[in-house]
Amino acid sequence: MDPAAFLLEPLQYGFLTRALLVTLAAAVVASVLSCWLILMGWSLMGDAVSHAVLPGVALAYIVGVPFSIGAFIFGAGAVALIGAVKSTTKLKSDTVIGVVFTALFAVGLAIISRTPSQVDLMHILFGNVLGVTDGELWQVLTLGALTLGIVLFKRRDLTLLAFDRTHAHVIGLNTRFLGALLLGLLALSVVVGLQAVGIILVVAMLITPGATAFLLTRSFDRMVVLAVAITTTAAVSGVYASYYLDISTGASVVLAQALAFTAAYVAAPRTGLLSQFRQRRRQAGSPAGQAV
Amino acid sequence: MNQTSLNPTEPAIVVDRLSVHYGDVTALDSVSVTVNRGQICGLIGVNGSGKSTLFKCLMGLVNAQQGSLALFGRSSTAARKGRLVAYVPQSEDVDWNFPVSVGDVVLMGRYAHMGPLRHPSRADRAAVDHALERVGLTGLRNRPIGELSGGQKKRTFVARGIAQEAQLLLLDEPFAGVDKVSEATIVELLHDLKGEGRTVLVSTHDLAGLPQLCDSAILLHQRILAEGTPAKVLTHENLARAFGPGSPPVPAATPSATPIAPGA
Repeated sequence: MDPAAFLLEPLQYGFLTRALLVTLAAAVVASVLSCWLILMGWSLMGDAVSHAVLPGVALAYIVGVPFSIGAFIFGAGAVALIGAVKSTTKLKSDTVIGVVFTALFAVGLAIISRTPSQVDLMHILFGNVLGVTDGELWQVLTLGALTLGIVLFKRRDLTLLAFDRTHAHVIGLNTRFLGALLLGLLALSVVVGLQAVGIILVVAMLITPGATAFLLTRSFDRMVVLAVAITTTAAVSGVYASYYLDISTGASVVLAQALAFTAAYVAAPRTGLLSQFRQRRRQAGSPAGQAV
Repeated sequence: MNQTSLNPTEPAIVVDRLSVHYGDVTALDSVSVTVNRGQICGLIGVNGSGKSTLFKCLMGLVNAQQGSLALFGRSSTAARKGRLVAYVPQSEDVDWNFPVSVGDVVLMGRYAHMGPLRHPSRADRAAVDHALERVGLTGLRNRPIGELSGGQKKRTFVARGIAQEAQLLLLDEPFAGVDKVSEATIVELLHDLKGEGRTVLVSTHDLAGLPQLCDSAILLHQRILAEGTPAKVLTHENLARAFGPGSPPVPAATPSATPIAPGA
């Protein structure tokens, strides 16, 4: 098969074109946000928000409102609940996060088990990107554009928040607002990613691209650009691999991102495993060799 | 509200009978401090003596249960909004793997001068250039902060305060993990800033350098144990009360004094 036909064949199906657009939009939004999340140390928060939206999505389908509304309400609600419990107990934050998100996830499972005919649990858990309707496509594109717009507008303040919250406070920025804003954006990007890969794997899109880019550069701006480039490549190759190899789209997109991470982990200049190995060999002759 | 409207007779810091409790633990007990403008003041005490809590009160991060404080005659909030306060963090509080360069960090000192997008103007760039030059880091502008020496790391954050044009600099343990040459550079820089009328509050364990660095010193142990000139504060008796048995020797007021810091 010639390359053009290879690339164009899947696109003759409307559902595959929509799948590609939804996956790309979700992946780009999540990858941009991932750069801030991993530097804030909020990866577990991403996991929590994505699981906690389950009851929201289930209720939205039952009531018949757009899934994104239910998901956002429960995502933001989970964040608020975690913050409230954290500030009124002496528990560590990962403990509070663990209690809250599993409880909300269980609420979602309970709701779905009582109304099995209306909601397909597997689609929510693992995504249903091949079944995306035009209406859902527009929801994803609109919310994605909104999320990206806010992130880009506030990007320098958010970077300062992640780097030095005290300085941000001392020069008069509202750090509480900025923290809440970043959590809201996290909830939005979970909503955007739901359809593409489902709530179990959406957290991968919120962590892996930023983590991969972090291994490759020591400049924040370059990190964001790299994260987007990596995730775009992974999303497109994932969707095509899913078509030709007949595997779940969510799984193949996340696998493509994990492959990119592995490549960076092994071969990144200066910090990769190979580079570390070479440095150690070079220094083995010198007396200080092992101290590095 | 900006720096030009500052009343020159107002002290930089006035803390009046400030008390802070964390649950049953008393961090500050009726602490009163006055630091005049254009002075370098050393804040001395063991770990847990309330130095960090006092800093946090000055920065508006902790609210005192009793007492009041004013910076340049204003509330802490108003002083922060007026860009009057700069903070130089302890090295251990900074994420040195964060992907930012020296120039990026210094530019963060200018954010309060910029519009909502934080797009630097020509004046912002000039302020960053000037601050880098004063701390001697012009050539390292693009260096990631994780690749700096201990002294260069400190100077980067001091440069951020200079670029901010803050009138009060709060330095938390600025000499920890810093070699002697960098320490001398920082001391000289702080003296220059004082010469421009800026006020500096330094929390430190490094008693040896104190007489050369500071105009005044405050010995803190939940309460104020002593305050005044370094010579008056750093007596054997005072140090024994603040540091307990095995307290460090009284530093000589000469540059050749042996540096001894508790726990160093």
